[in-house]
Amino acid sequence: MALKEALDGGKFAVTTEVGPLKGTDISEIMELAEILNGKVDGVNVTDQQSAVMRLGSLATCSILVEKGMDPVFQMTCRDRNRIALQSDLLSASVLGIKNVLVISGDYPTLGDHIDAKDVYDLDSEQLIWTINRMNEGYDLAGNELQGKTDLFVGAVVKPVSDTDESFELQLTMMEKKISVGARFFQTQAVYDVEAFEKFMKQAAQFKVPVLAGVIPLKSAGMARYMNKNVSGVFLPEHMIDDMAKAKDKAATGLEIAAQLMRDLKDLSQGVHIMAIGWEKKVPDILSLANLA
Amino acid sequence: MLRSEQKPFEEILRYLEGEDKVFIVGCDGCAQASQTGGLPQVLEMKERLEGEGKTVSGYSVVDFLCQKALVASRLRPLEDTIMESDSLLVLCCGIGIQTAAAMVKKPVHPGCNTINLGGSRGEWRGSERCMECGDCLLEYTGGICPLTVCSKGLRNGPCGGASNGKCEVSPEKPCGWELIYARLKETGRLDVLKTFIPPKDWNKMRPRPEMLSTSMWALEQMDESREEGTV
Repeated sequence: MALKEALDGGKFAVTTEVGPLKGTDISEIMELAEILNGKVDGVNVTDQQSAVMRLGSLATCSILVEKGMDPVFQMTCRDRNRIALQSDLLSASVLGIKNVLVISGDYPTLGDHIDAKDVYDLDSEQLIWTINRMNEGYDLAGNELQGKTDLFVGAVVKPVSDTDESFELQLTMMEKKISVGARFFQTQAVYDVEAFEKFMKQAAQFKVPVLAGVIPLKSAGMARYMNKNVSGVFLPEHMIDDMAKAKDKAATGLEIAAQLMRDLKDLSQGVHIMAIGWEKKVPDILSLANLA
Repeated sequence: MLRSEQKPFEEILRYLEGEDKVFIVGCDGCAQASQTGGLPQVLEMKERLEGEGKTVSGYSVVDFLCQKALVASRLRPLEDTIMESDSLLVLCCGIGIQTAAAMVKKPVHPGCNTINLGGSRGEWRGSERCMECGDCLLEYTGGICPLTVCSKGLRNGPCGGASNGKCEVSPEKPCGWELIYARLKETGRLDVLKTFIPPKDWNKMRPRPEMLSTSMWALEQMDESREEGTV
């Protein structure tokens, strides 16, 4: 089912994501399209993820549309000014892309072109607002569009925070993003279900669907690394221990992800699986979680 | 005040390739305070260039190289020496280098890089920064400027990159938006965070034409008399 229809229809939605490679080789994307087609409600294509230069999200989304899938065009505010952003939104519409996910984007110094100029002409909230203007038939300068867009706009939120300020700020930002037109949310990876529940108790008042982020663990080392370095990711110690003790790390990682998804099913309106190299295993995770 | 640092010596030597006689200009203002273009640095540069076989035809340290009237009064007595030189090497901020280039009809080489202070203005500097954006947002941000305090200059709120209150760009830097949030909370004004800040008009950040000139009488007089001499 397409993402918007799934969410509108109250189905527990499942999305995942693919990251284009650096170069013109699209064989892996084609293979993943075969594997994921019909298994999920939407596939995000990341936009120069981690500020590392790669094949574009727009072109990759277009390939997925051709395959009959429903891609989510991720757009960061880091690399394009308002002219390029709006133009790419028009291009996306023409190419049959229906969903856009707006993010600020990692700072260039975190990527592989550390001497690049950052843009941020628009911030996330302003880009969401811009897309809604374009959906109404106008560009940012107030000019009427000859053919308006009809894009389903999503945004991101970090449900678990290390400081009270950050937690409260995230809720405020979620509310602000909704006020300018965000229609669904994807979250940072959730491992602490209790903390996520606390967030959802507050977020439920906004009545906008939330897809909880899920990243399957591959090793205890990966778990520790994310715990230490990835903003908004907090793993309970017992989960790291389980990974450390596991004989079959992959099976344990997938089982933990499936268990999380079963737990999240009652708390959120869907899940967003970020498999980070394990995209081919997404159908297996869904089977394990009884979501296939 | 502008902060500067000397360019790598090898880079300066590249600029001077094919030239023999160089005249060094320093500045007793900010460059002196930055220890990049005061008298000791000018003398040190003279020695290093001579060590590389260059001829230093002369040098001068102007009180404020940004002040054209002062520059003219200091350099005019040295006009013959300067005009016999192949070029000038200026150890100063970008303003001083441009002033020297505008005043002297000789090639001028920059000897320093000017360091970005992130919008530091005001006479008695603290940690506050102003980008002179021409459309002040401080009403909505607890009196803390998001353009300068947030690494990405985000106007409506934070990105998702902060960890333990620190910025994703630099772990030594606090997340600017968490500072803004704390200030607004402290003053009971969290409601202003819900105000949507529309896309910024960056034109307002460009200097107006009249800001690019000066009305200083001394400068105008110097400009008028400039045609007569070469310095």
